[in-house]
Amino acid sequence: MKIVIVGCGRVGAALAESYDAAGHQVVILDISTRAFGRLASTFRGSAVRGDGTDEDTLRRVGAEDADVFLSLTEGDNRNVMAAQVAAEGLGAKRVIAKINDPVRAAAYAELGLTTLCRTTLVADAVSAHLGLPVSGQSGIRASSGSRAGHGRELHQMYHGGSGETNGETGASAGDTTSREA
Amino acid sequence: MFILVVGGGKVGYYLAKELIENGHEVVIMEKDHSRADQITDELGSIVISADGCEGTSLGKAGCARADIVAAVTGDDEDNLVICQMAKHHFDVPRTIARVNNPKNEELFHHLGVDELASPTRMILGTIEQDIPVQELLHLATLGEGRLELIEAHLQADSPAVGRTPSQLAMPEGCALFGIIRDGVAVPLTPDMALRESDKVIAIGNKACERALHLLLIGATGTDGVAGA
Repeated sequence: MKIVIVGCGRVGAALAESYDAAGHQVVILDISTRAFGRLASTFRGSAVRGDGTDEDTLRRVGAEDADVFLSLTEGDNRNVMAAQVAAEGLGAKRVIAKINDPVRAAAYAELGLTTLCRTTLVADAVSAHLGLPVSGQSGIRASSGSRAGHGRELHQMYHGGSGETNGETGASAGDTTSREA
Repeated sequence: MFILVVGGGKVGYYLAKELIENGHEVVIMEKDHSRADQITDELGSIVISADGCEGTSLGKAGCARADIVAAVTGDDEDNLVICQMAKHHFDVPRTIARVNNPKNEELFHHLGVDELASPTRMILGTIEQDIPVQELLHLATLGEGRLELIEAHLQADSPAVGRTPSQLAMPEGCALFGIIRDGVAVPLTPDMALRESDKVIAIGNKACERALHLLLIGATGTDGVAGA
């Protein structure tokens, strides 16, 4: 699989290393080259300095045909935007955005993104460990709808709207992220 | 009208000030507390010191009853999220985002932002107007990004010189509606002949830009259809 990861923090770096070790084609992006110091010297994937919300940059690293696109920077909004550019603009197949604000995470799940909420994940892990009640909400939420409903239209705009394959990935850009996750 | 301005930088501050002077009800959201205090000192208690990207803060600021939300922070991604939350979570009828990277414009439109303000594009347009070029200038984007307001500066070799608007085969979905002649705006009538150095103002969709170029500038521009 081709996996693009935006944000080389602890989680981004750990996933990049393990997917690379498992034989996947991994590209990891960060705005700071210093962040790549977190990657082990055995990492064979590409580490690219660039802004993950910039469409040109994402095209350059091949997000268009990525099987998995993970947006894991420290900024919720950056992750939201990078994920939307990848899913709706470029047609990346499975897209997950880390959104630590639970309200925003829920709102964007409703808008058609698969969201990962560290706040809910950690809180529930702590409660579960203590044997106390958990929130009952999933830390990873599959998209629960596509109120945005613009995935296809946007994808066609970017890709000229011609050809069967475009239509196919365009239609599924918002939807597959939900069902497969 | 009730307008929620998110971002209390220079743009947000002057925007709020003008809106208040025009009699509108305004609330500013600014997450930096000292900046929020500063604006409060100058404009009164219309500032909520909170992050406008947070759903709960938007709710407290009265987003649900806002007629317009203007997201004018310095970060495109924040402005996108503010507008999307306002639109989809609070059903705000009209959202406006400041966009710094002109390449984000189409994306933002298609992700549901109603109106965009792009300082970069505006400055770019101003610079282009100062350079004598034989191509179409983009003055503004209208109609949710689908229409362009275009200016064509007629040169001596333009096929339109000496002809009247009724003699020009205008592409469908495109209208000439005025000219600037010797610095004076003149409404265009069907039997008025165009002259060299007239600036013709047109509105049209993006698809008819090439046809307009051929009609007003001609096929033999200095470098072809650089503007198309």
